[in-house]
Amino acid sequence: MSSVLKISDLHVSVGETPILKGVNIEIRQGEIHALMGPNGSGKSTLAYALAGHPNYHVTDGSIEIDGVNITEMEADERARLGMFLAFQYPVVIPGVKVADFLRHAISNIRNPERKEGEGLIGMREFRKEIRERMDELGMDPEFARRYLNDGFSGGEKKRMEILQMAMLQPRFAILDETDSGLDSDAVRVVSEGLARLSGPQMGVLIITHHERLLEFNPPQFTHVMLGGRIVETGDASLAHDLHANGYATVRQRHPDAAAENARAEQPTTV
Amino acid sequence: MSSVTAMSLDRAGFGADVFDAFIAGRKEPAWMLDARRAAFEQYLNLLADDLDPEEWKRVDLRVFNAAKFRPLNAAGQESGKPAAMTLLRDQAEYGGSIAHVDGHTAHCHLTPEIAAQGVLFGDLATLLAEHPERLRPYFMSQAVRPGTDRLSAWHAAFWTSGTLLFVPRGVEVELPLHSLISHTQNGVADFGHTLIILEDEARATLLEETASADPNAAGLHVGCVELIVGRHANLRYVQLQNWNQQTWHFAHQAGNVDAAGSLQWTVVGLGSRLAHIHQDVNLNGRAATAEVNGVTFTSDRQKISYYTQQHHRQQGTRSDLLYKEVLRDDSRVIWRGMIKVDPAGQQTDGYQRSDALMLSDSARCDSIPGLEIEADDVRCTHGATTGRVDKDQVFYCMSRGLSRQEAMHIIVEGFFQQVYDRIPIEVVRETLSRTVQGKLGIEAVA
Ligand SMILES: Nc1ncnc2c1ncn2[C@@H]1O[C@H](COP(=O)(O)OP(=O)(O)O)[C@@H](O)[C@H]1O
Ligand SMILES: [Mg+2]
Repeated sequence: MSSVLKISDLHVSVGETPILKGVNIEIRQGEIHALMGPNGSGKSTLAYALAGHPNYHVTDGSIEIDGVNITEMEADERARLGMFLAFQYPVVIPGVKVADFLRHAISNIRNPERKEGEGLIGMREFRKEIRERMDELGMDPEFARRYLNDGFSGGEKKRMEILQMAMLQPRFAILDETDSGLDSDAVRVVSEGLARLSGPQMGVLIITHHERLLEFNPPQFTHVMLGGRIVETGDASLAHDLHANGYATVRQRHPDAAAENARAEQPTTV
Repeated sequence: MSSVTAMSLDRAGFGADVFDAFIAGRKEPAWMLDARRAAFEQYLNLLADDLDPEEWKRVDLRVFNAAKFRPLNAAGQESGKPAAMTLLRDQAEYGGSIAHVDGHTAHCHLTPEIAAQGVLFGDLATLLAEHPERLRPYFMSQAVRPGTDRLSAWHAAFWTSGTLLFVPRGVEVELPLHSLISHTQNGVADFGHTLIILEDEARATLLEETASADPNAAGLHVGCVELIVGRHANLRYVQLQNWNQQTWHFAHQAGNVDAAGSLQWTVVGLGSRLAHIHQDVNLNGRAATAEVNGVTFTSDRQKISYYTQQHHRQQGTRSDLLYKEVLRDDSRVIWRGMIKVDPAGQQTDGYQRSDALMLSDSARCDSIPGLEIEADDVRCTHGATTGRVDKDQVFYCMSRGLSRQEAMHIIVEGFFQQVYDRIPIEVVRETLSRTVQGKLGIEAVA
């Protein structure tokens, strides 16, 4: 049976400020969804809220996986249920080696009941796996010994996100502008990497401004976000159209949401 | 504040009666006893002086009562007390080891191959008495002097047992040596001394640790560490302070490095109720270098204070100090650092940095770096940070399936890793990593 991630009437505030104002999306394992929208429309907010960031408060609505309400769960519980977020801005963790970090992560994801201090996945098995995945992503094996994202270039950080996704094999992956700020080679590696990983076992939500990632990973659904709402949903051709023509016509069709988005854009966007 | 002001002998509690009883039991050469008497006079005089406020004003000694502690006539092992747990001794192959219990040398060993090279290693008082012409010029006369302050004089009068390592010119001791300073009895005052002398082109590594056998027995350590590094010599010295939380720890520690010599010095503070360490690195010869690493992890109501000085006295010298502190609960850490460059210290390269990570709202850390530079062609950098565990780092880890607790722990270990990376001795890195994990696991981290 394929799993479903169901986002219903989701309202999210940061501090006192409402950002998402009723978002509905349903993602099945095996589907690819594109989420597009101008800056400040709330795409990253949705991504963080799905992953369980404590600063993003769900004030109404719900997030469910196969009917289990995860709205109140901590980020680690969600991850153990198969949720994965590839960060727009991956975090640096000094002194923590990529391999050690991933070995802890994978041990928890594969053994969701695991408590701290309980056994980690076997070293040999793990080494073999990480080496294979790094090889597929064209990464220097030396990376496993570096400190997580410490001193990494933008492209290296994004590749590291994809490596983590490859290792953790989530049921639902959200990619927040994983293709931004990369040169075309890196975009190709990331796009191909995702294409190889996604399949019947993964539901994917791709947040992007570019076309390349979607070319390699054609979406069945395209959602357009404006002012904290999904204002339109279509197929791959909608994404194509937005790339070609921008958001002007979407704004015209949804003047209220466009006005709210314009207000949201006043402060510096994250 | 009372901590820095002069002290009456009544409050200090170590009067002539205590001193006389102490030296009455010691079979020492006349010069040693005379030096003790002179130091005791100095101690009495220095009690009347204020302690240096720069060094002491943040260290609260009001509840410290020295009169509760006494040098003991016999080591606890002789009175049937269990021995202290060591963190390092069974973890590596050593070329020699020495153990002090309650201020008495209880055991000492040096492999014959190393001894055959002229290396002296063992009980300080015995070796000083046997080789006065060779060793006396180094003892409390180059690195730490008795008259520096109340504590150095107190130590010089009452020094109990000690570890001596002497490596002759050109001799390289490959295996590390081990030294344990331990307490087993309530109320013990130990004045342990460590003296290491590396002649020119010699090399050696000494790993020293302090430990208490009984977690509840109160203890006092007034210590002294003297490291004398000759020309082109290389010393690696680690002191891992792991007393129980009922122990007071005071120490003058100084390393003198001669031309082109190098000193790699790691100071670890895990235990004690209150600790204050005065650490001096003196770069006395051209192109001398020193690397100083600090690993401190406090919990409960522990207070650990460091006063560090990197003194560049000659041309082309280099010093690099990195201290990392993690604070839990209501604990407190003070670091006052100073880089001093004399007029002769042109082309000095000096660096000092302290980073503190606070795991609770009630922990407190004061880090105060400082520079005093009298040469004009130098490169000196310093910095200090204090902060809490970064929430975005915690979230990032949790989004990969780590529990909040495990995320905190991995972040703390990563924080220390940056200083472990500078410690060139694997057994020390591993022991620290394991010990820190143990201390992290005691109870839930805030
Ligand atoms: N952590 C935050 N603190 C304050 N405002 C935020 C935060 N995150 C998002 N916002 C605000 O929410 C709105 C949506 O931002 P975001 O979700 O980052 O949009 P997008 O990813 O579509 O560019 C913006 O107005 C932004 O300023
Ligand atoms: Mg965004």
